[in-house]
Amino acid sequence: MENYIEDIKLRFDVKDIVSRRDNLSFITCEKEKTIALITHMKNNLGFTHFVLLTAVDWIEDGLFQLTYILNNPNAKIDIAVRTMISRENSEMESAHKLWQQVATYQRELREMFGINFPDSPGVTDNFILEGWDDIPPYRRDFDTKKYAEETYFPRPGRETNDPAEYMKKKLS
Amino acid sequence: MKEQKNIFNWQPDRSKYPKVKENGELDIDLTSEKFIKLWQGPNHPGVTGNMAIELTVSGDEVVHAKTHVGYLHRGFEKLMERRLWIQCFPTCIRMCVAEPDYNEYLLAKSAEELSGIEVPEMAEWLRTLVLEMARLQSLLRTVPGQAGTLSLGVGVQWGVYLRDLVLDLFEELTGGRVYHMYILPGGVRGLLPDGFKKRMEDVLKKIEEFIVNIENLMFKNIVFKKRTIGVGYIDPAWVDQFGIVGPNARAAGFKRDVRKDYPYLKYNELDFDVTYETDSDIFARSVVRKKELILTLDLIRQIMAKMPEKGDFKAQTPNVLHWKIPAGETYVRSESSRGEYGFYTVSDGSTMPRRINLRGPSYTHAVSLLEKMLINANLADVHSIMVSLQTCPPEIER
Amino acid sequence: MINENNNSENLNKFLHKENEIRNVETPDGSIIQVDPLNDYFCTDRPEVKEPKNKVIEKFLNWARAESLWVLGFGTGCGSIEIPPLVTPRFDAYRFGVQMRPTPRQSNVFIISGYLAVKTLKRVIRTYEQMQGPKYVLALGSCTINGGMYWDSYNTINRLDHYIPVDVYVAGCMPRPEALLAGFNKLKERIKDGRAEGANEYAEKFDWYKSNQKKIVKDWNMPDYNW
Repeated sequence: MENYIEDIKLRFDVKDIVSRRDNLSFITCEKEKTIALITHMKNNLGFTHFVLLTAVDWIEDGLFQLTYILNNPNAKIDIAVRTMISRENSEMESAHKLWQQVATYQRELREMFGINFPDSPGVTDNFILEGWDDIPPYRRDFDTKKYAEETYFPRPGRETNDPAEYMKKKLS
Repeated sequence: MKEQKNIFNWQPDRSKYPKVKENGELDIDLTSEKFIKLWQGPNHPGVTGNMAIELTVSGDEVVHAKTHVGYLHRGFEKLMERRLWIQCFPTCIRMCVAEPDYNEYLLAKSAEELSGIEVPEMAEWLRTLVLEMARLQSLLRTVPGQAGTLSLGVGVQWGVYLRDLVLDLFEELTGGRVYHMYILPGGVRGLLPDGFKKRMEDVLKKIEEFIVNIENLMFKNIVFKKRTIGVGYIDPAWVDQFGIVGPNARAAGFKRDVRKDYPYLKYNELDFDVTYETDSDIFARSVVRKKELILTLDLIRQIMAKMPEKGDFKAQTPNVLHWKIPAGETYVRSESSRGEYGFYTVSDGSTMPRRINLRGPSYTHAVSLLEKMLINANLADVHSIMVSLQTCPPEIER
Repeated sequence: MINENNNSENLNKFLHKENEIRNVETPDGSIIQVDPLNDYFCTDRPEVKEPKNKVIEKFLNWARAESLWVLGFGTGCGSIEIPPLVTPRFDAYRFGVQMRPTPRQSNVFIISGYLAVKTLKRVIRTYEQMQGPKYVLALGSCTINGGMYWDSYNTINRLDHYIPVDVYVAGCMPRPEALLAGFNKLKERIKDGRAEGANEYAEKFDWYKSNQKKIVKDWNMPDYNW
């Protein structure tokens, strides 16, 4: 594990290195260098298996965190590359040329988070939603409860209790 | 590798076929009557869940395929962001109905890893047992399900009956038939009931008889062989390119198994070999699944023999209603019957998870890989190829 | 009810190329115009069919109750309990229940669980294509009040706002025994003449349509198709 991290440190400016387990580390890289880093890891360090690509919405900081998890099947280790992109006009370089399935992940991120990946094939097609006209649903500022109550005719009589308050009331 | 004689397979020479435009569509005139568009799905008896494949067919040869998902989208990842950690457990297991236990195990494991809870040994054994039972009931549907796609329906009848017997054992152990909610953060909900081992052994013996029958029905059957050998070929070079995992990669000659490579729970104390084949067609994938079934029976017997009789099965956890998990992120994986199944969990230190993302094997198998595999396939083989990849649409869209 | 202009304007927004009006050459050489949306669908409103003779209707209801043909369309996770239901352990065939592959041959629609908006659109089309009298059996808590997914942005909360429901089977997920009990309940309702879902749908057609159109945002099909 250390050898790989050392190698990456030599070539790229990475920070926030967190070792979660013996075989899993998280590193943070700049937005512009991320695809170059992933390409290097795939071609030279043997990280040939692409595990997943997903986003986390840090709405307080106005940032999206993109996480690429790569796996080295021979050394049996994972390295997760994180990168922060701005929430406004969010856009990221596409990685579909490295692995075929990345285009699917990017299609989903574009639909559910509104992150744009120019040049990714079929990225603007509908993937999961059909005829959606609200803000992308996985963003933190989209309130799913409010949307559901306004749209889907909630059946009257359903009581929803916050478990903590409910237990307090019951025990007092 | 076998010589590919079948004409209905991916043809590297694309000069005879219509070109694909930049937006992914075929450059053809649909009104010319040379091509026809067919929809398979969204409802189809072969899939566990709704998924549509839009096929462009010329004669009986598929020239283009596009997968459409989203018929089962419930927004789990959004819903879990507004639930307490403990409320996530009954929610997350509904992500994949075919084998729900992997979801509860992975979420429990993430929560334990982030908050540093040690799980007692007895609980680890019980978790291993439950996960293997989940694999067993899933394989009892899918091994004969491959025969079902070729109208050998009797195998499905046997398999579903035996699966019911396994579900009865689940009911006895956990109280639930399909959704169990047995694994909780810190351990499990209870010990084995009295006489459980004997009843389990009875069911395993019945399944052994079933394997002999299924051997005769499928793997010695000339119809099954002719319809599957050489059909649905996966080039081993595609395995890394498309992110193929699990039995589909093992049928292509890759000895990749999360249980062996990244041992979790008690798998490093169990004695087993990774099953694999090299032919990489539908037949090879069926053989790998049948070998998995035999392996699962063996593993359950080993677990039953090695498991301690009694012990502490639940570690102390904080009050779950105010449980704050320290900030951090992790990725945990396990080997489901379809392949690598993983949870990427991010916590921001509050009572609710920041983000939980599921990596299901079908995400790559059913979309990018299936679209590629179906090109140049025979129309009658389409659903056999789809079932041989063991696609589970709910885990694509969550 | 069907406003031609409004409908076509609505359709144009989402129209696929295959649905456009075009000229087609027939085998004998003449050229005809094909308008797929109007030629392939019937756009008439459904009608209420009142029973003519009560005695004969009672006999017919008995006959209908004893042959329930179920459409094999599993919409949610409840469909995992359908294979055990029709295999020897629970054997629904002994109650005259059997699975059929197409909506034209079946008269019971099992809504097996939550309905995503995208599936609801297909469910409406399928329900309208089924022959009357038709019955709907809704499985699981999620069809009653949303169940587990009550606050989800993509699943409906109450099925009876979109299609008429005869019997609800509660639970998550309902066991096959509960499903068999649901079938028996449905039989009782049919024999009593209370399972008039198709007539109810025709009667309150405008209300159902407005509810459906409220959530299916890309309504690119005729208002009624069978």
